[in-house]
Amino acid sequence: MVTVTAPPSMGVAKQVQTQEGLGGPVDVLSLIGRTPLLRLKHCSREFPHIEFYAKAEWANPGGSIKDRPALNIILEAERAGLMNPSKILLDSTSGNTGIAYALICAARGYRLKLCMPSNVSAERKHLLKAYGAEVVYTDPLYGSDGALRKARELYAQNPELYFYADQYGNPANWQAHYNSTGPEIFEQTQGRVTHFVAGLGTSGTFIGCARRLKELDPRIRCISFQPDAPFNGLEGLKHMPTAIVPKIYDPTVADENLEIGTEDAHAMARRLAREEGLLVGISAAAAAVASLRVAKKARRGVIVTVFPDSGNRYLSEEFWNEESA
Amino acid sequence: MAVKVAIPSPLQQYTEAKETVEIEARTVAEALTALAARYEGLRKHLFSDAGKLRSFVNVYLNDEDVRFLARDATPLKENDILTIVPSIAGGSGMVMGGN
Repeated sequence: MVTVTAPPSMGVAKQVQTQEGLGGPVDVLSLIGRTPLLRLKHCSREFPHIEFYAKAEWANPGGSIKDRPALNIILEAERAGLMNPSKILLDSTSGNTGIAYALICAARGYRLKLCMPSNVSAERKHLLKAYGAEVVYTDPLYGSDGALRKARELYAQNPELYFYADQYGNPANWQAHYNSTGPEIFEQTQGRVTHFVAGLGTSGTFIGCARRLKELDPRIRCISFQPDAPFNGLEGLKHMPTAIVPKIYDPTVADENLEIGTEDAHAMARRLAREEGLLVGISAAAAAVASLRVAKKARRGVIVTVFPDSGNRYLSEEFWNEESA
Repeated sequence: MAVKVAIPSPLQQYTEAKETVEIEARTVAEALTALAARYEGLRKHLFSDAGKLRSFVNVYLNDEDVRFLARDATPLKENDILTIVPSIAGGSGMVMGGN
């Protein structure tokens, strides 16, 4: 119990008691990371010998897990003398990293230019506009690989103007998860985690967390997942065999790779919202599908996955109106 | 009506690498049906087992989303351009590996 007394200048002494110290005022960037670990009770009913947990990454101030690598990329660039107010931060994104950059650049006084496919969800476009980011929209027929090519082209035309953050090739991306997300998972499960499951987009989350978790306990099985087809509705994830493979990706890190169907993820998103009270994004729903698939082969265990963002970013999508078979 | 259909890059492997395909059709539904009939490999990617367009598949008639027109009953005119895109930006683009 913490007791706080108002200063005498306010007249009659006033006291407030709280269960825990709330701490003083903080900077918005210090809210990045240390996200809650949610227990998935519904999933456990199907597999009573397995515990299921997921990191609630929408709790980051930018609303997604991408706040972590975006901040680390910028901090590392500052330390290396590559980023300062005279440079424009440039990168390609399917949305969440762009939103994270927009928040951080606004907080630190940097200019930002993003290349993004024009078929990103409407919510992403509104958020970037709200943060004041400059966006170059690219042809949706070429997806996020098209946006990546555009960013490289802009950088090649004017390298002195930009710091090209290159989330797909910058080691500060996976290092963010090595230093924060991975250790948090280990701590929040008291070291009991047996399986780690995460999707592959830039692959930073999976690579960083898996590397750290295996250092902490080599017995932890790390399972990656990706869409089951190149044409898919799993926002932010990559079908590696047919996409531009991120430089930071290392296929040897995973103990196993799964492929997840778009409609299975959609059905899970509806199920998590209506049966667990968790409104999660599409890649998060895919992570839950992957986690259940891992559980089918495990006799017992503590499975931890990552829910990268909230379903709030996808409410304009049609799949919420469908009924599962 | 002779219309052009723009194919997203992940599906071009099923259309003999063509970025656009010419189709004869009077409505959006007819155009998509004719497209899948000509290129069978597209069918399972565009349509569910029940034959409905998959929910994340958006179709634009020129620059307008057909969901805000008459959906698949939207009538077509000569030289219209239909564009098929996922409603979200997945990570895959060109059908090639490496950087």
